[in-house]
Amino acid sequence: MSLNIIVLAKQVPDTRNVGKDAMKEDGTINRAALPAIFNPEDLNALEQALRLKETHPGTTVTMLTMGLPRAAEVIREAIYRGADGGIVLTDRALGGADTLATSYSLAQAVKKFGKVDLILGGRQAIDGDTAQVGPQIAEKLGIPQVTYAEEILGVENGRITVKRRLEHGVEKVVAPLPCVVTVNGSAAECRPRNAKRVMKYKRALSTSEAAKLDEAAAALYAAKPELNIAEWSAAFVEADPEQIGLAGSPTKVKAIENVVFTAKESRKLENNDAQIEELVKELIANHTIG
Amino acid sequence: MANFYTDNPDLKHHLNHPLMKKIVELKERNYTDAEKFDYAPVDFADAMDNYDKVLEIVGEICGTTIAENAEAVDHQGASCSDGHAHYADGTVENLDVCRKAGLMGMAMPRRFGGLNFPITPYIMAAEIVSRADTGFENLWGLQDCAETLYEFGSEEQRAKYIPRVCEGETMSMDLTEPDAGSDLQSVMLKATQKEDGTWVLNGVKRFITNGDSDIHLVLARSEEGTKDGRGLSMFIYDKRNGGVTVRRIENKMGIKGSPTCELVYKNAPAELCGSRRMGLIKYVMALMNGARLGIAAQSVGVSEVAYREAYQYALERKQFGKAIIEFPAVAEMLAVMKAKTDASRCLLYETARFVDMYKVYEDIARERKLNEEERAEMKHYSRLADALTPLAKGLGSEYCNQNAYDSIQIHGGSGFMKDYACERVYRDARITSIYEGTTQLQVVAAIRHVTTGTYRTLIESYANEEFTGELAPIAEKLKALTALYDEAVAKVTEANNPVLLDFMARRLVEMAGDIIMAYLLLLSAKVDERFLATTTVYTKLAQADVDKHIGFIRDFEPEQLKAYGI
Repeated sequence: MSLNIIVLAKQVPDTRNVGKDAMKEDGTINRAALPAIFNPEDLNALEQALRLKETHPGTTVTMLTMGLPRAAEVIREAIYRGADGGIVLTDRALGGADTLATSYSLAQAVKKFGKVDLILGGRQAIDGDTAQVGPQIAEKLGIPQVTYAEEILGVENGRITVKRRLEHGVEKVVAPLPCVVTVNGSAAECRPRNAKRVMKYKRALSTSEAAKLDEAAAALYAAKPELNIAEWSAAFVEADPEQIGLAGSPTKVKAIENVVFTAKESRKLENNDAQIEELVKELIANHTIG
Repeated sequence: MANFYTDNPDLKHHLNHPLMKKIVELKERNYTDAEKFDYAPVDFADAMDNYDKVLEIVGEICGTTIAENAEAVDHQGASCSDGHAHYADGTVENLDVCRKAGLMGMAMPRRFGGLNFPITPYIMAAEIVSRADTGFENLWGLQDCAETLYEFGSEEQRAKYIPRVCEGETMSMDLTEPDAGSDLQSVMLKATQKEDGTWVLNGVKRFITNGDSDIHLVLARSEEGTKDGRGLSMFIYDKRNGGVTVRRIENKMGIKGSPTCELVYKNAPAELCGSRRMGLIKYVMALMNGARLGIAAQSVGVSEVAYREAYQYALERKQFGKAIIEFPAVAEMLAVMKAKTDASRCLLYETARFVDMYKVYEDIARERKLNEEERAEMKHYSRLADALTPLAKGLGSEYCNQNAYDSIQIHGGSGFMKDYACERVYRDARITSIYEGTTQLQVVAAIRHVTTGTYRTLIESYANEEFTGELAPIAEKLKALTALYDEAVAKVTEANNPVLLDFMARRLVEMAGDIIMAYLLLLSAKVDERFLATTTVYTKLAQADVDKHIGFIRDFEPEQLKAYGI
């Protein structure tokens, strides 16, 4: 059975390598100092989608990202790794959205796709760390959700079987399609960019990026529709202006404080290679060392 | 995230050499593939951008997955059971990542599923892979064998096997036997032609890197009763057909992730590749030249990682209240390590470009007749590639061993423990000056380019470039060293004593190598001033080495050979 899969992805500032200048005086993120990257857990989600594409011939994997026009970079990255294409949901009116407005906007965009079997996304983005957008989209679409997914074990007869990674163990759940699955960072790493796909799709551009091409390049671009990354506006996805952007966001930041960590949690390790290796991996992953 | 391509700007410097324009234009036949393949470049800039982007993928995979797996792969090693070799878990993951990234069959034509990369960017990828995990470079780098299959196989064989290599199947070259190591003329593995015309192989091969590969190129004796190289032919053995088992794998000092196999052939079906009797004299020679360039790349990768590990340690390790890099003795060692790394890298890519130039003409000659000018150019570069390949392999592998040694020295006692990567690098480095022809055999291949003047002509062409400012005195120094080289060559050749020539060969070849590498660095410094310091250091090194050799040769009396047991 072929599947129509949407993978939600977000372009985020790389908060994993935070230096002194990562925050501005007013406590907001200094985006200029942090490179924009593919949200790491969204890459884990993409890998799960690409594995389904391998086991279910005919499956299409389409990326959906909301953000500035430059978020097309995330779509290209995903195409290099095997995604079929993607949409940038971009509009000034969508700016300043909290998770409620974001999930509403994305849910509206998903509706535009027609039949969708599976919506995959990372558990959470490393800038906001809320883990709310995936579940809210499921609620707004009125479909089931499976969170903390570590591996999609299979899709059969309209049902998906998912291994969830929870605090004290794993859980295997079965859900009917369509549904939303949010994927943990503990899931398999995303496959690398593929050489041929990079050479083929390096010229994939969003509509607004293509508008800056000179005449000759624009003609070449127009002749190859597979290089077109579509941009959707709020109006195109029929979003209610009251429910999007700042207007649709009840969350307000009251104050921001600088917190200095003092107390350190302690943990006891057994004196064996496995535990030490695990700790070292963790410390490297969170950039304490390395 | 570490990226072993983008963190080393020298690579881009070498990739952007002016000769690349001609290489790429020829390789891409004026960019005609763009109409047939959606990933083919439309012009030179596009092609170079492709190499850059693909090397960025290589760098990322190497800086993350492959480098991170290297230690575990070294500990676990490959294993053997049920007649098959099994990779370490990390190796399996590395191969999977390389396949998914489409990095197999990089130099193969697009019509067989390859990327159609010239040798130069492919060799650059090999250097990067080796820096991450030297042993893994062997497995990945055996895609070289596809080149030989492409050059000498029938169109049917190409179409059958090369796409499989591009999809990620691995290869091996089954040459060595218990009694045929450096002397491949003694190969005994028996090829028998059956009545229906097909061939079967029987016998034993030993020390076969990745001997349980999917597709083997096998050197076997097809002509019964013959004893020398002219009775040997090359065969393709497809693992899918069965007939070859792995009897055991070697327990090695280094490159433990790369299984070195003893193979038993029992009526293994095989296809003849190319013409009978040409196996050793033509095909294996071509195969070995490619493999030697691969080892030269592997060696530069080792030099790079040895230097980086040592440099990082010297920055962090404090003794007597300061970082040890601040002590002149340590600083000098590091500068010399870097100079050797940079020098052997210059030589590596100069060689790769020369190989590209003649191979691309050879390939065009498969499609149409070359004109006189093209034929002359092919011959010119073929000769230069032939001259530089043994230098790059021989001297590059010696340098990487020296660097691995010094890397441990800079780590002090800690370097002797299993805790730091330098220890693995040291063990992995050791094989580079042995396999695919020992350094001594590289000297045998190189010495005729001393006596016939190939090196001298090349040196002259470098010396004719204009060097100004800070480069001028270095260029003057190199002219003086060249005069000493001339003196040494004259002294040895005029004696007209083949034994003396053999005895002095390594000294003469090293002198030529010193001067060539110093000039190549100087040419790099002309384009990019970042190379000035390393050029200065290397020139001092070259000077000391040339002085040492001329001192030895100048007053050497042939009677003294007796004292050496000669």
